[in-house]
Amino acid sequence: MTTDTLTEQPSADHDSHDDHHDHKPTGIKRWLYTTNHKDIGTLYLWFSFIMLLTGGALAMVIRAELFQPGLQIVEPDFFNQLTTVHGLIMVFGAIMPAFTGFANWMLPMMIGAPDMALPRMNNWSFWILPFAFAILLSSFFMESGAPNFGWTFYAPLSTTYSNGSTAFFVFAVHIMGISSIMGAINIVVTIMNMRAPGMTYMKMPLFVWTFFITAYLLIAVMPVLAGVVTMLLTDTYFGTSFFDAAGGGDPVMFQHIFWFFGHPEVYIMILPAFGIVSTIIPAFARKKLFGYASMVYATSSIALLSFIVWAHHMFTTGMPLAGELFFMYCTMLIAVPTGVKVFNWVATMWRGSLSFETPMLFSLAFVILFTIGGFSGLMLAMTPVDFQYHDTYFVVAHFHYVLVTGSLFSIYAGAYYWLPKWTGNMYSDSLSKWHFWCSLISVNLLFFPMHFLGLAGMPRRIPDYALQFADFNKWVSIGGFAFGLSQLIFLAVVIKCIKGGEKAEAKPWDGAEGLEWTVASPAPYHTFSTPPKVD
Amino acid sequence: MTTKEYESYYVPAQSHWPIVGAVALFLIAIGAGSYVSTINTEESGIGGYLLIAGICLVVYMLYGWFSNVINESMAGKYSHQMDNSFRQGMSWFIFSEVMFFAAFFGALFYARMLSVPWLGGAGSNEMTGAVLWPEFTAAWPLLKTPDGTETTQMGWYGLPLINTILLLTSSVTAHFAHSALEKDNRSGLKLWLGLTILLGIVFLFFQVQEYAHGYSDEMKLYMTSGIYGSTFYLLTGFHGMHVTLGTIMLIIVFLRVLKGHFTSTNAFAFEAASWYWHFVDVVWVFLFVFVYII
Repeated sequence: MTTDTLTEQPSADHDSHDDHHDHKPTGIKRWLYTTNHKDIGTLYLWFSFIMLLTGGALAMVIRAELFQPGLQIVEPDFFNQLTTVHGLIMVFGAIMPAFTGFANWMLPMMIGAPDMALPRMNNWSFWILPFAFAILLSSFFMESGAPNFGWTFYAPLSTTYSNGSTAFFVFAVHIMGISSIMGAINIVVTIMNMRAPGMTYMKMPLFVWTFFITAYLLIAVMPVLAGVVTMLLTDTYFGTSFFDAAGGGDPVMFQHIFWFFGHPEVYIMILPAFGIVSTIIPAFARKKLFGYASMVYATSSIALLSFIVWAHHMFTTGMPLAGELFFMYCTMLIAVPTGVKVFNWVATMWRGSLSFETPMLFSLAFVILFTIGGFSGLMLAMTPVDFQYHDTYFVVAHFHYVLVTGSLFSIYAGAYYWLPKWTGNMYSDSLSKWHFWCSLISVNLLFFPMHFLGLAGMPRRIPDYALQFADFNKWVSIGGFAFGLSQLIFLAVVIKCIKGGEKAEAKPWDGAEGLEWTVASPAPYHTFSTPPKVD
Repeated sequence: MTTKEYESYYVPAQSHWPIVGAVALFLIAIGAGSYVSTINTEESGIGGYLLIAGICLVVYMLYGWFSNVINESMAGKYSHQMDNSFRQGMSWFIFSEVMFFAAFFGALFYARMLSVPWLGGAGSNEMTGAVLWPEFTAAWPLLKTPDGTETTQMGWYGLPLINTILLLTSSVTAHFAHSALEKDNRSGLKLWLGLTILLGIVFLFFQVQEYAHGYSDEMKLYMTSGIYGSTFYLLTGFHGMHVTLGTIMLIIVFLRVLKGHFTSTNAFAFEAASWYWHFVDVVWVFLFVFVYII
């Protein structure tokens, strides 16, 4: 077939490193108009880090208020706004865009594609995000204040009792959903259609597999989120009765539809983490990933199970007994494929020649701390005991172990692993280890005592608490501030690394595998204009 | 593996359309947000104008963006692989639309099979009925809500039945148009495609008639008439919006056919529009069965 230069880039062989004729557009237009997967990946990653700091700042105010009993700093209504927007920002603004950033940067390089399949749409999926969060954050400055009904926006809190910014919240969520769906379609199509010749599905790196499955989950459930916020909007402003029993609807129906989206959503935020960790552990254990095929099947079965477990978030809301039992057993079933994964990571390290560079440290912390979060999840899965734990700090501890020491730690692991490839420079080893150890100690001080607080009955989302919870809360807050400050070390590491440092080799980690290490560091602006061959 | 040459994949240069589209969506969101916020109050702001400005900007963006894509395609820059990307992208987009409707069908089934019977005391909910609304009896369609709002049922015969026939026929004519294109029969293509568009427009016209009938004093079927009115108008309304979108797609494809675009081997836009059309038809069949008949 034709091999003319159809692309507007030099169609040099990738081995000859076309960085000499890389014509990078300059100035602000480079970022606004870009169709380059690396630029868009960078945008996603910076955006998500800014959102992490924003959401983190809200959490700092929450922890300051909870430092001691009584109301000190904020009014209860504003406290509710803080918890709501903190959750929304961290889920939709920090964790998900960070993973999309990884997907953008790494997927085309890992599968030997010249770019994402639909590069212009890729730009659009990114650039609508900052606008959506501008709307969400601007609601703090509206007369009514920001949304105050929790990130799960249960009806009737979000309908009958909502404040004046609900419509803005709904449309902001719509834009986030559009962004996610387009990003996910791009990922799926890229993986299905753009793999280098010879790279069969079962030869794809596990990283690619996990993003493939995650993107499928996103396409399946983000429209359901769009549906449920639309019903919320019409209930609030147009007089429909979806969630109003007086009109024949049911507020519990809101929870069903929301969690049908919400539970796959939590796997959307953890499956890519599995992919990153499954890439890093073999590299620093200098062994192949143990049980590749079982990892693929485990990821797929977690994804499938995620569609039939949603009501375990609602055991105390009221459900027929058969429903409670069904959702309890299905939920506990998820422990099986997850156990397969943890076993495989440990088995990969078994008798490996381990070394403990920063990406590996974060990955090891991930394996241990994510497993703690998984176990507390298993406890929550049991209907009878969930009646005790529901809506307490035990739940808060559980999902922060999964999302912070799970997802966020994997994001740090991945960032430290690929930073040399992205910037062309090695980062400061000692500073990055300071980041790791400070984060590790403070994050456990922050979240571990929450288990005890929850078991003792401290409810979540309340700005005040009974005196007996005071000591633990003090330590939790101190851990929170320390964790927040520790993240500034990461910022310092990244900025120093971009500015300069020891030049990185094409493959700075001796145990690393994958096509991304066959191109120079920093990766040329265009890679794999001609697909490499994979045996 | 033997040496084989690969088609190169077209990676577009920078484009300003996406950022225009992002600004457009931003205007739509803040416009719609402030418009909806004040809908039940006396206040009036600039929300409506922002919304209209956003929609105009989206139209402008789509026109420019698609012109780019069409020109690139006509210039032969797209490989077979690119065509595949478009096809897969469209299929996944339609899948996401299916899931959007699934949320509303889920609400319909939940209300019909669970929440309305529970309000009437089914299962272990005897006290709900006895204490909250002792007068309430569960039924579907729910013509009298627990708080006493009354309405009437939209029958399946008459306009809905005619509309069903119209849409099913339009699926067939869309298929004939595709066959004509494959046989390079341009006049047949124009005829069948034009007929499909016409059927779509007539469908929408009747849909508006049906809504007017529903909102008349005779029927009193409003969006505010409890869960029956809510599910009825949101399901058929979103379907109608999708038919509108599908009709616009078909009209654009028709204009391109008149300009001589599409060949039997290169007709992605045509096929995407017709897939979308078949999708809205299938949704209608489900609507007709579960909203109107049963």
